[in-house]
Amino acid sequence: MTRYIARRLLLLLPVLLIVGIIVFVLVHLTPGDPAVVILGQDANPEQIENLRNQLGLNDPLYIQFINWFGGVLRLDFGDSIFLNMPVTEALFSRAEPTLLLTFYALTIQVVIGITLGVVAAVKHNTLTDRVLMMISISGAAIPNFFLGILLILFFAVRLGWMPSGGFTSIREDPAEHFKGMVLPAFALGFSSAGLLARLVRSSMLDVMREDYIRTALAKGLPERTTVIRHALRNALIPAITVIGFSLGALLGGAVVTETVFTIPGMGRLVVQSVQRRDYPVIQGAVMLIATFYVLANLLVDILYVYVDPRIRYGDD
Amino acid sequence: MATTEAGQVERASGSLAQARPSSRWYWLRALSRNPLALASAIFLLGLIAFAVAAPLVTSHDPRFLDPGVRLQGMSRDHIFGTDGNGSDVYARIVYGARISLLVGLSVTVIAALIGTTLGLLSGYYPRLDSPIMRVMDGLMAFPSILLAIAIMASLGPSTVNVIVALGVVYTPSVARLMRGTTLTMKNQLYVESARAIGARDHLILRRYIFANVASPLIVQCTFVVALAIIAEASLSFLGAGVPPETPTWGNMLREGQRFIQVAWWLAAFPGIALFLLVLALNLLGDGLRDALDPRMRSR
Repeated sequence: MTRYIARRLLLLLPVLLIVGIIVFVLVHLTPGDPAVVILGQDANPEQIENLRNQLGLNDPLYIQFINWFGGVLRLDFGDSIFLNMPVTEALFSRAEPTLLLTFYALTIQVVIGITLGVVAAVKHNTLTDRVLMMISISGAAIPNFFLGILLILFFAVRLGWMPSGGFTSIREDPAEHFKGMVLPAFALGFSSAGLLARLVRSSMLDVMREDYIRTALAKGLPERTTVIRHALRNALIPAITVIGFSLGALLGGAVVTETVFTIPGMGRLVVQSVQRRDYPVIQGAVMLIATFYVLANLLVDILYVYVDPRIRYGDD
Repeated sequence: MATTEAGQVERASGSLAQARPSSRWYWLRALSRNPLALASAIFLLGLIAFAVAAPLVTSHDPRFLDPGVRLQGMSRDHIFGTDGNGSDVYARIVYGARISLLVGLSVTVIAALIGTTLGLLSGYYPRLDSPIMRVMDGLMAFPSILLAIAIMASLGPSTVNVIVALGVVYTPSVARLMRGTTLTMKNQLYVESARAIGARDHLILRRYIFANVASPLIVQCTFVVALAIIAEASLSFLGAGVPPETPTWGNMLREGQRFIQVAWWLAAFPGIALFLLVLALNLLGDGLRDALDPRMRSR
C-alpha cells in the first residue's frame, strides 16, 4: 500500500509537467505582445520594454518555461501585474472560500445523491422511483449558475432568508459563514447529485439481484439492514469513481458559482484576471486548481482500496 | 494484389449490410418506442426550426434598443418582457438559440473528428499510444470550464474562439472513449481475418473498427453537445465567451443577474430555455444509448 502510494506520487510529476506545459503554451497563444496587451495601445516603448523584462519575455521560450515551472515547483507563480503582489499570496488568500465551497458542495452531492439513489432503487418501478429519477435528471440538466440565480431569486430576493452573496470566514463568525454558504453549495452540488443518484440507483439494482442479498433476506435480516450493510456498501464502489470525476466539475463549477454569489475565492479571481489580462494570476490559478484536482483523484484511487478489499494494487 | 483483395473485402461486407437493410435502422425503431427520447427529439427539431426561422417567429429585432420600454414585464407586445436596453427578451432567446446550437454542434463536430482520429490511431498503433494519450490526460487534468476560461483568456472573446476553446476541451473525452473501444475491437477475430487476407490498415480502421465504435461515439456526441452548450453559456455568463452585444443565453443570464432585484424574467426565461435544451439532449442521449446498445439499457 505504501509502495503503491509512493509510486502514484512519483507519477504525479510527469502529469504536473504536462499540465504545466499546457498552461504555459496556452498563455503564449495570445496573439500579439502580451506587454502591449497588458499596458494598452498608448503605452510608450520604454514602459513596454520594462514590462517585457519584468515578465522575462525577452528570454527564449524554453528558458521562460524552465524559469516559470521551476517557480511552480517551489509554489512561486511570479507576481501579479494588477494586484502588485506575488500570485501565490493572492491565491492563498482566496483559497479558503473555494476549497470550503467545493467541500460543502461535495458533501451535498454525496448526501443527496446517495439518498435519492438508494430510495429510488428500493422503491424500484414505483411512482416514488419515477419522481426521484425525474428530479435527478432535471438536476443534472440545470446549469449551476442558473440554479444559483433561481435560489437567489427565491431565498434572498423574495424571502430574504439568506444573503444573496458575499463570504464570511468560518473563523470570524461560523453562523454567518454557514448561512452564506448554503445557497452556493446547494447550487453547485445539486447537478452532480443528480448524476450520482442515477448511478447509485442502477448500481444498487445490480447488487440487489446478487445471490448474497437473497441469502441475507432469506436468513431473515430486516430489509433496512440488508440494504445498508450489504447492498449499499457494494453499490458505492462505482459511485466513488463518479465522485472523483465530479470533483473536477465541482472545482470548475466553483469558479462560476463564486461569480454568481460574489464570493471572493480563487475562481472569481481567475474571472477578474481574465478581464484584466493578468496572465501570471491566470497561469498560477489554473495550475494550482489542476494540481488540486490531480491530487484529489489520487486520493479517490487510494480510497478505492479501502472500500473494496478485492482491489489490490499488485505490489504489496 | 492487396488492393484488389481489400476491395473484395469491402464489397463483401457491403453486400452483407444490404442483405439486412432494416438492421441499420433498427435503433430508430427502438428509439421511437421511448416516449421521453422521442419527445426530446421533437423538441430539438422544433428548436432548430425556430432558430433557423428566427425572423419569421419574432417581429422584434433582438438588438433593437428602445430605452422607452426598458425592464418591462410580460405584455402582449413583449411576451417575455424587455431587458435593460428595452430589447425584446423573447426575440433575444430565439436568436440566442442560434448561438447555443451553433456552438454545441460545431464543438461536437470538432471534438468528434479530432477525438476519433486520435483515439483510433492511439488504440491501433501502440507506438502512437503513449504520446497522444499523455497529452489527452494532461488536458483532462483540468476542470473543463477552467481550461476553457484559460484558452479564452489568451484567444480573446468571440464566438469562433469559444468553439475552438471548447473543441480542445471536449476532444480528450472522445479520444479516450475511441481508444478504449479500438483496443478491444483490434483483437477481435474478424479484424484479424481482415488483416490475414491482406486488408490495409486504413481499410481495417475505417470499415471494421470505426463501424463498431460508431454507436458509443454517437451517444457520447449527444452528451458533448449538451456539455458544450452549458459551457458556452457559462463562459458568456462570466464575460469570457461570446461578446456581450451578441444575444446569447449566457449573456442574457449575466444581465438577468444584474437586474435580479427588479426584473426576474430577464434571467428566468433564458435559463429555462437552456435547461430545457440540455434536458432534451440528455434524454435523447440516454434513449440513443439504450437503443444502440441494449446491454447498457437502464432499468
